[in-house]
Formats: sequence, structure tokens, C-alpha cells
Amino acid sequence: MSKEDPSRNKYRVNENENENTVEIYINEKPYLASPTKTILQVALENNILIPHLCYDPRLKPQGACRLCLVEVEGMPEAVPSCLTKVSDGMKVTTNSSHINELVRLNLELIISDHPLDCMTCESCGNCTLQDLAYMYDIKETRYKGRIHHKKVLDDNPFIYRDNEKCILCGRCIRMCDDVVGASAIGYAKRGFESEVVPAFDQPLTETDCVFCGNCISTCPVGALQPKPYMKKARTWETTMVKTTCPYCGVGCQINLHIKDGKIVNVSSDIGKNVNEGNLCVKGRFGFDFVLSPQRLAYPLVKNAHGEFEKVSWDTAIEIVSTRLEEIKQKYGPDSIGILSSAKCTNEENYLMSKFARAVIGTNNIDHCARLCHASTITGLIPTFGSGAMTNSVEDIKYADVAIIIGSNTTEAHPVIGYEIIKCVNYHGLKLIVIDPRDIPITKHATLHLRHYPGTDVAVLLGIMNIIYQENLHDKDFIAERTEDFDKLIPCFSSYTPQKVQEVSGVNEKDLITAARLYGRAKNALIFYSMGITQHTCGTDNVTAIANLAMMTGNVGRKGAGVNPLRGQNNVQGACDVGALPNVYTGYQSVEDDSIREKFEKRWRNKLPEKSGLTVTEMINEAKNGKIKALYIMGENPMLSDPDILHVAQALKNLEFLVVQDIFLTETGEFADVILPGACFAEKNGTFTNTERRIQRVRKALEPPGEAKEDWQIICMLSKAMGYPMDYKEVSEIMDEIAELTPIYGGVSYRRLENSSLQWPCKSYDDPGTKILHQKSFSCGKGKFIPVDYKPPAEVPDREYPFILTTGRILYQYHTRTMTGKVEGLNILAPMATVHINSEDASKLGIKDKQKVTLETRRGSINATALVNPRIKKGVLFIPFHYADSPANKLTNPALDPKAKIPEFKVCAAKIKPAL
Amino acid sequence: MEVSILPKYELKESEVKIVEEIVSKYKGKKGSLIPVLREIQENIGFLPVDVQKKVAKELNLPEKEVYGVATFYSLFSMIPRGKNNIRVCLGTACYVKGGKKIVEKIEKELNISPGQTTPDRKFSLNVDRCFGCCGIAPVIMINGKVFQRVDPEKVMELVYENEK
Repeated sequence: MSKEDPSRNKYRVNENENENTVEIYINEKPYLASPTKTILQVALENNILIPHLCYDPRLKPQGACRLCLVEVEGMPEAVPSCLTKVSDGMKVTTNSSHINELVRLNLELIISDHPLDCMTCESCGNCTLQDLAYMYDIKETRYKGRIHHKKVLDDNPFIYRDNEKCILCGRCIRMCDDVVGASAIGYAKRGFESEVVPAFDQPLTETDCVFCGNCISTCPVGALQPKPYMKKARTWETTMVKTTCPYCGVGCQINLHIKDGKIVNVSSDIGKNVNEGNLCVKGRFGFDFVLSPQRLAYPLVKNAHGEFEKVSWDTAIEIVSTRLEEIKQKYGPDSIGILSSAKCTNEENYLMSKFARAVIGTNNIDHCARLCHASTITGLIPTFGSGAMTNSVEDIKYADVAIIIGSNTTEAHPVIGYEIIKCVNYHGLKLIVIDPRDIPITKHATLHLRHYPGTDVAVLLGIMNIIYQENLHDKDFIAERTEDFDKLIPCFSSYTPQKVQEVSGVNEKDLITAARLYGRAKNALIFYSMGITQHTCGTDNVTAIANLAMMTGNVGRKGAGVNPLRGQNNVQGACDVGALPNVYTGYQSVEDDSIREKFEKRWRNKLPEKSGLTVTEMINEAKNGKIKALYIMGENPMLSDPDILHVAQALKNLEFLVVQDIFLTETGEFADVILPGACFAEKNGTFTNTERRIQRVRKALEPPGEAKEDWQIICMLSKAMGYPMDYKEVSEIMDEIAELTPIYGGVSYRRLENSSLQWPCKSYDDPGTKILHQKSFSCGKGKFIPVDYKPPAEVPDREYPFILTTGRILYQYHTRTMTGKVEGLNILAPMATVHINSEDASKLGIKDKQKVTLETRRGSINATALVNPRIKKGVLFIPFHYADSPANKLTNPALDPKAKIPEFKVCAAKIKPAL
Repeated sequence: MEVSILPKYELKESEVKIVEEIVSKYKGKKGSLIPVLREIQENIGFLPVDVQKKVAKELNLPEKEVYGVATFYSLFSMIPRGKNNIRVCLGTACYVKGGKKIVEKIEKELNISPGQTTPDRKFSLNVDRCFGCCGIAPVIMINGKVFQRVDPEKVMELVYENEK
């Protein structure tokens, strides 16, 4: 038997958990329920009130508060409903006088040592204890005795803890341990003295706290508060606008609490949506940028002295439209390039694509997906037929094993990271991390394979070889669902564990253990991200992952699939709606005549026939003089593209540059005209998250000054160039997308109002697709494509002996255009740090926190050394966020031949103490 | 007890070595936190913050868990111990037989309360609940040795006689 028996994992989630197969009676009324649920869960689902304080649907029940007691016929005593599973014919009473007396007693005991200062408490109106006291009419307690006097703990930027209000329910501790995995706080002391504190009462900044604030979200009283939002508003003074977080691709649903045109709090609905109410530090606290005084509020034009001058919209639009028209006439439409934005909505990206193709007449449109997941498309389309995440986040709990390769999940996609950690803790998920660095999630892994950057293919081929040798591959799946497996065998058969160890530095034994774990799992997931894609062999890396998943049959089921985690909030959507040089919406090729005709008919104009240039090619051609004008919306290539000295030369070489953004970025400095856009909180639209989920973005505030929503700017410009786009509402744009795009065919704002849809969603009665490739692959049969290991474009040598790799950190985002304006985040992560192994550092005489100079063949930068043993010897890591230490001055612009993605993740470097 | 008001304690080299030896003995074994802390306390006399941090790191436990255990059990102390350790039993039998008076006498004589250490770090005083020898109450323990039927008036003589 090759597959593991699922019953061996007793924590495994039953795939039929939601099937209602038993009947129970609550207060004499019958209800259908699933036997996997507790009495409390069933009651809450049916809107029956059972008071509770220590229960949170995100956490395992604990049974500590003793408020959810109910009577069950046949049981001698009242039972805690949060710990008692329902069974067929069970008769439950929740409201007898005995139960009410018990609840009152417990509430009075809690209140006996709880300050009754509701009139000044931040949580007034949002406090479960207050609600229960109101409901049970408890004004004071009969139990008078000693009360606590405890210190407020708030020596950190974000989390305020007042233990005098703490009721010791333990929810914050369980949240921090089980879901976030930080274990920053715990119970200390005992009995009356018990309290929840960080170890040794030290500030949270000294612990592993990640400042996600999920402890605040679970606190049922006022003990935990979001520090930056305190004393801003009473709960009932605010209006709540439900929208989608603008940071990473997880697409967390957030509520912006608005008072007097300001964001005064951010929350998320508990137990609902992709994030279940969990957020990360950026999604909860990272919104100071919205009302920053540095926001662009007026159109600007560069005058003869090179200074920006405020102009009216009419003037700005006239200049842009005339100059673009002139350049189009003089050099042809293909001399103009357009960079669309993965930060903007689907509707805006669609209009940008329409503007490029139908108004300018070029396919030169691309966006930063080129720099992150282009190789996912070139790797997964030929193998699976679709380049998107195959599963949903809610699927993780059905997996037995998950591989994370090239993804620093808890820092780059924190909320998916939390879900994975939760599944490790609650559902027995076994985690294998393949990463050169000891990233935070390795703490929760069964196994960590630490390879050299750029040797992923060798490791994956090694795993495939062991699985094949040990006969753990899924022969039925290979035979029925795939083709060309025999072509794959010769490419991995030479990768013995010994050879893999030589190439990648991964211990033979660990490789075998990993292969057996993955090979024997009933359901296994693979998560990957930029550590896989941003290589000259990016396409090969992705293909190897697809091959591995197919040969073990791990595709197309709950808890089994291949999941590229998308970096930007709407990078999936920007690709879906055609902000790419070779496809229209829904990946319909521009070179296919029948498709082009369909779009020509709908867009009422002749469309260009050849695929356009990619981001990296446009920059090259600008330097070579073939691209004369660029229109950049919401991107900052001056920090985000590789080898930025080269980018600067290219931008200087342009005849005309328009930048549309919310801040004056490093790229904006080069512009001739700057158009002020609206940020996510100031517009309506949709974002598509990494799991193909289309979700609403809702307007909560007015844009600053004269700034306008980006789709309106594109419409104005288009009209000035003689192609009127008349949309009254963004919903009309989505209707047009749905009309032209099979995979978005069933999407409409009406359907998105109260829920979300995962594409493919082909018609208005299609519920959407949670899991791709269920019965067959998008391309029919899955295709094995042979790949071989190729070393990175630049490998260490005597002059540049280190491998330099780049990436993100938790507290900053991309080029810091947004997070750079958030005070608390800058306190936590003020500057760029180069991670260097302790042994390497001592050899070179580099001490922790010392200034160092980092140099590659393209340039050098200064940064601060972070000496630690958590990075592999011979490897350096630097985040790319900081303009003061621009990592992309160093990176290698060498491209993957198919995906044209640059090799951000590997180059040769040297490091020395700064002079 | 507040950690912030505890004096900063620099571990001696010999103490670091002891901690390392104890931890390495238990490393990788489940449920070893309490025995490790016990052994360390027996050797160093108390559990300074730095020791707890080291234990957390070596046993691969969150610091808060070590701190939680160290502050939960009355057996453990984060307060520096004196050279001589006086423990007075206040279990039921000893209490009835005048244990309280013994405590008061020592408190007065050494000018410290239970849980404290004299400024010269010569003596520390603790109160416990039953040593399990009620038949010879009231009892006290000086440096691990039990003394029976103690007369409060003569307790200090006992202490000085058995001083290390």
C-alpha cells in the first residue's frame, strides 16, 4: 500500500464536515446538524443565543468561561455547549431558570474583579461582557473582595494591554500560539495574581510578536486595544465600509471604520471570508498613507526648469492626449508603452488594456506580474492549462502534507501563513519547508530543507526520483489524467540523493524523508512564490513543481494541488482582465483571429495583431530609443525592477513620461506629467485575490484635493483622444468584462454585493470554482514536461563569493510608497538590513548592526548587517523595499527565456564593512 | 513580584556551565521543563531571567512558557537566594504549634519578609506548606536539613549554628 491511511491522523478534518445528518432539539424545536459540530456551533448557526466569552470560531474550544452551560436530557449536570458534540435525537435546553442562575452567578464572579468604567472604555458598545451584563441585568456584584491593580503594557507601537480589564479567558494566548504561531504572550503567576503577559514582562518588541493584532480582535472585553486607533471615536459614531485589503494577494476582507472623513479603526468579520477575521500588521494598522499630506492632490506638469507645477485637469489631459497623439503619429503606436497596475482594480486594468489596444493601438501593455509570476504562467499553462492557484485557502485543512518552497509565507502572505500554522496545530498537517533561510514558519515545520538559492529544480528532481524509486507515484492518475510521463523519467533518474546534496547542499536523509512524506500523503499541497519564479530558470522551477504534483496525483481535490501565492492585492485580477502584452481578458490570445475579431467588434476599432512588449523589454527598448513614451499607472519601476541604474537611463531617454499614482514616487520624479489617482479606500471596484476570488472594493472616503479614481482618468484621456468611454458606474465595466470573458462570464456586482466568486464562473447561475482541474485539467490531459537543473545566470566566484538573494519583510511593502507613511511600521523596520550568517560575518570582521557595503557587478549600496545563524552560510539576504539601500541596484537583469522574468533571487555579491 | 524591580543578575561562568550541563542532559526529551528548572534552582538557588531565556532556547520552547511555569509554582523563585536558605513550615500542624511565631522571630531578627533575601545575600527566608513531618511540629529547614520542635525564642541560635 503506497498511500497513508487517513484515519491514522485523528485530527484530520472530515471532508463531509458540513453534511447535516443528525436531528437535535434545542428548546424543543428540531434542527438538522452535522455530528462534527458542537451544541454551541449549531445554536449560533441557528441564531439561538448561548452566552459565551472564551469561544471564538477561529480557535479550538477551551471550556474556560463556564457561561455556555446548557442542559442535555439524560446528563446529570449542565454541560459546556462549546465542548459537547451534537448527536442524533439530543434534547438541549438553553434557557431554563437553573441555567440562567448559573450564568448570572458566573457573570457576577467575573464582574467582581472587572472595572465598571464602561463610560470611558474604548470597547464600550463592542464588548461581550457589557452585552451580557445588559442582557442579564447585572448592575453590580454581590461578591466584594480584593480587586486587581495592574499596570498597562503598551511599550510598543500597536498593541495596548490593560490587564485590569482582562478576564483571563485565554483567547489572546490561544490566538498567538495556535494561529499566529508567535507565542509572544502567556499566563504568568497563579491564582489571584494570574495575568497574561509577554515573557519576563518585557516589551512585545522583544518577543516574537508580529503585531497582527489578532489578539485584539479576539478579546471579548476591553483589555486589548489597537493603540493607534484609541481615543478616535466611540463605536456607534462610525460608519463601517466593507472592502478588500490593498496589500498582498490574500485578499482579506476588512471593515474601515470611518468618522469625519478619517479611518478611525480597522476590523474584519470574525469567522467569515477568506481570512476568517484574521489580519496582519499591515492590514490592520497600515493605513496612515491614505490621509498622508504627501498624497498627490492635483495634476502636475514639469516646467522648463524641471520643477513640477500645479495645473488643471483640462490642461493636464490636453497635454497628455496631444503628446501621445503626436508620438503615435510620428513613430507609430508601438513606440508607446503602458504599465498598468496590480494595485488598481480589475475595472481599471481592463480599461487600461482597452485604452492601449483600442485607443493607442498597441499591445505594449504589461504590469508587475512580469516581475513576480510570469514564470507561473509559462510553467503551469503548458502542464495544467491554467496558471492560477488550484485550491482555496479553506482547503488547507484537508491536506495531510504541505510543501512550502520559495515562499516566506508568514511575512509575505501572513494570513495564509496563519491558516497553515493553524492547520499544523489543529489538524495534524505536516509541513515541509524548502528554503535557504530559516524563515519564521520553519518553526512549525516537520522538516526544513535548506538549499542554495537557485537549486530548486535539483531538489525537486531528487524528490521525484525517490518517489519513483520507492514506487510511491500514483500510477492510476498518471495513466488516466496525464500524458508523457515516460519522457519525465530520464530527466530525474540521475538525481540521486547524493548528487542532490552536492548541488544543493540538502542533506540526503532529509531529502528522502521529505520525498516519503509527500509521496505517501493522501492529500498534499504545494505552496510557492517568488523564491521559485524569480529565476532565469523560473519556468523550469514551476514546471518541476507541476510534474511532482501530477506524478503523485496531488491535483484537483480538496487539500491537493499547486498553489502559487500572488504578491499584489490584484495581480491575479490585472492578469485576468488582460493587462498583459499577449492576451485579452481571460487569457484569450491577441494573436487568435477569431478572438481578436470578437474584441474588435465590441471595442469598435481595429486592434493590433502581434503580441506587445513586456515590462522588462519596454524598459530595454526605451533605453534603445524604440519606445518613446511610457504611461505608468501605479507602478514604481525605479525601485522594483532589476538593475535600476539601467531603468533610470531608460526613463531619461524617453520623450514623454506620464505617471499616474497616489504619491510622487521615485519613478514620478522622471515624469513630464503626473496625474493624481485615488487609493483603494476612495474608489469602487473589484480585486481578484490569489485564490481566484473576485471581491468588492468599496469607496469609504473622497480622494484628496482634485485626485480622481483611476478609471475616470483613463476615460477622460480616452475621450480627449477621440474614443469616448462612457461608464456611469464601475459595475458597467464589470458587465462588459463578463460579456467578453468566459471565465468571468457569471460575475456581476449584484452577485458580489454579499459574497465573492471564484473564477471560472461562466454564467449567472454558476456558483464559481473552488478547486481547478477536478475531473480533467483545463487543457484536457495534464502534460509532463521534462526539465533539467541549470545553474543561475550568475554564480559566486573568487571576486564575488556570496549568493545574494532578495525578498520582502513583514513590516514593509514593496517600494514603501504606502507603508513608508505608517509611523509604527517604520519604528519596527526603519532600515534595510543585510542578513549574513554568523560564521561568515566573523570571518569578515562584520559585527551585528554594523554598516556594511554590498557590491555586485552592477553597483553597490550601504546597509546595516543583521548577523544571525538563521541564514545559510555563503548566502546574503536583503529586502528590496528601501530607497536608501535600493537592493535592485544590485540585482541581475538576466531573464528567464520564456517568462522574461528577471533573476531577482540570485546574483553574486561581496560584502565588507562600510568605510 | 515584578520582574522590572528585580536586581540585574550577571551569571557567573561556573553557573553558565552548570545550566548547560543540566539542559544538555534533558535536551530533546518531552516534558523536561520542570525537572530542568528544578535542577537549575537546586544548583544556582534561583531562576534568573537569563537562565530562563537559555532554557527556552535550548529546549526549543517559547520564553513565555518557561516564564509561566517559573512563576506558577511556588517551588521556583526568580529572586536571588541567600547563601543560607531558611524554610519555615506553616502547614496546619506547625501553624497550630506556633510556626507563625518562628517566622515573626526570624523576620524581626534578619529584617526581611518571607520570599526575601538579606542585602548581604547571607540569608533568605521562605515559608512552605507542610514538609510532611507533622509529628515533630513545628519544624524548620536550614540548608536542606530539618529541625524539630523548634522554640521560637531559640530559633536564631539554630540558624547561626548551622550557617554555611
